[in-house]
Amino acid sequence: MSEDKAPGGGATLPAVPVVEAAGVGLTFQTADGPVHALKDVTLTIEKGDFVSFIGPSGCGKTTFLRAIAALEAPTEGTLTVNGMAPDAARQARAYGYVFQAAGLYPWRTIAGNVKLPLEIMGFSKAEQDERVRKVLELVDLDGFGNKFPWQLSGGMQQRASIARALGFDADILLMDEPFGALDEIVRDRLNEELLKLWSRTGKTIGFVTHSIPEAVYLSTRIVVMSPRPGRITDVIESPLPRERPLEIRDTQAFIDVAHRVREGLRAGHSYEE
Amino acid sequence: MRSLGPVLTVLVAILAIWYVGAVLMNARWAEDQAQRAHKTLTTSELVIQTMEQKRPVLPAPHQVAVALWQGVFAVSPTSKRSLVYHGWVTLSATLLGFVFGTAAGVLLAVGMVYNRAMDMSVMPWAIASQTIPIVAIAPMIIVVLYSIGITGLIPKAIISAYLSFFPVVVGMVKGLRSPDAMQIDLLKTYNAGGVQTFWKLRMPSSMPYFFTSLKVAAAAALVGTIVGELPTGAVAGLGARLLSGSYYGQTIQIWAVLVVAAVLAAGLVMVIGGVQSVTLKRMGMER
Ligand SMILES: Nc1ncnc2c1ncn2[C@@H]1O[C@H](COP(=O)(O)OP(=O)(O)OP(=O)(O)O)[C@@H](O)[C@H]1O
Ligand SMILES: [Mg+2]
Repeated sequence: MSEDKAPGGGATLPAVPVVEAAGVGLTFQTADGPVHALKDVTLTIEKGDFVSFIGPSGCGKTTFLRAIAALEAPTEGTLTVNGMAPDAARQARAYGYVFQAAGLYPWRTIAGNVKLPLEIMGFSKAEQDERVRKVLELVDLDGFGNKFPWQLSGGMQQRASIARALGFDADILLMDEPFGALDEIVRDRLNEELLKLWSRTGKTIGFVTHSIPEAVYLSTRIVVMSPRPGRITDVIESPLPRERPLEIRDTQAFIDVAHRVREGLRAGHSYEE
Repeated sequence: MRSLGPVLTVLVAILAIWYVGAVLMNARWAEDQAQRAHKTLTTSELVIQTMEQKRPVLPAPHQVAVALWQGVFAVSPTSKRSLVYHGWVTLSATLLGFVFGTAAGVLLAVGMVYNRAMDMSVMPWAIASQTIPIVAIAPMIIVVLYSIGITGLIPKAIISAYLSFFPVVVGMVKGLRSPDAMQIDLLKTYNAGGVQTFWKLRMPSSMPYFFTSLKVAAAAALVGTIVGELPTGAVAGLGARLLSGSYYGQTIQIWAVLVVAAVLAAGLVMVIGGVQSVTLKRMGMER
């Protein structure tokens, strides 16, 4: 499983964690005083993990993901990505980030959108075309390269945005509620595809969600968070096998994990009130 | 073509109001004339007389139409009496000024978006520049340029540019700032630089704003050129025709020139609209 051609390191060295957070805190200074978005977050994400972050609105899931991506800077504690400062990891183009909205550029075709990071990173023209073809196939969008975003459904647009994050072969994929706006049927399909993609590529995935079944179905570990201040209340190792057909959701093991996540969320809430 | 009906209705209504206005406003003079000749006019005589004066207060539409016909088709386009000739003189200065103004506006906007000092300092000056009445500074610009030997097309084009850069600055600043935080963050995750962010995100995002401000700028450029032609004793151009028309009380000529100016402005805006819709369609930003 972990035998893959990682360009950025990790594979040969004795296991540098992909993400290592120790006592991370992040406080926003706002007009109505400080907002403690994260407090004392300690977490290690190993290579090949599929880690989901779940918790009520405002508990800092997005903020933590953005801190990993060096889009926000922690105000306390230490945070490293691939053993580097997050900003250095960003400059090394260590990760692809999928935002909650697809955010495709309307003036670019689907292929053009997927090409955007490749152009910026200076891939050759031939390489760009080859990679675009490959990732569009990976997300099942071959044949839609020449369409403009508005000609695609919401689910297809979201898949295109995932393809865009995959094109340059970053080891880490950070996804902030990528399927939040989609209906359940489409979501199930995309979840299945995402799992396949993960097991095929051996990427490390950080995934934010509001849905308990989604978190349990996808993850090797589930991080339960609670708000004010945003913190981790439970980390659940999934006993489910890596190979997961959709039907796994009817098994007792699945239901047990879901139950524990729900308990964790409830505990976080009662703490708050 | 479905819009033809309403357009025609409005046109007919305007012509009707115009004729009524012409009768009411020119009646006084017709009555005075009759009184001096010790005659009394019947209503129908009065109405007819209001429409065939040589220097009416408000020319009737058909008088303007005749003057237009004569100015445009009945004389050679190189003649000094041709509206085509004067229209072209004005249009060429307008186009030059429009290009200058647009270029200046875009450059200023880019500077303001990328440079904090410019952001803080340029806009107040740009606004101040537009609050000064153009008729007040146009003669000064022309006199100053004349004294250093610049005459002809350039001074008018500069006044035209002076009016047309402003809408472009305002529109482009807004357009270049239109990408939302997420689109900018996305480029950050690719570690894109400022130049790449400009060409791949800010510039394409600003296109709809750009074309909208171009339309305003084109109309402003035309006004600027005409105003630039007024105080110079210019012998050619729509502004010169307006001025000579008002010296000699040639109201019909003034109105004909106004119609030509309006047609030019509408033409410019339509051309820009055409380019806009083709460009945005090809960019996939318009369906
Ligand atoms: N740029 C910012 N400035 C000020 N406060 C912020 C900023 N971004 C987030 N916050 C605050 O930090 C807290 C955590 O926000 P965050 O977006 O991380 O929550 P979340 O868990 O992703 O919520 P949701 O599930 O609704 O997306 C919230 O209280 C939010 O108001
Ligand atoms: Mg969020």
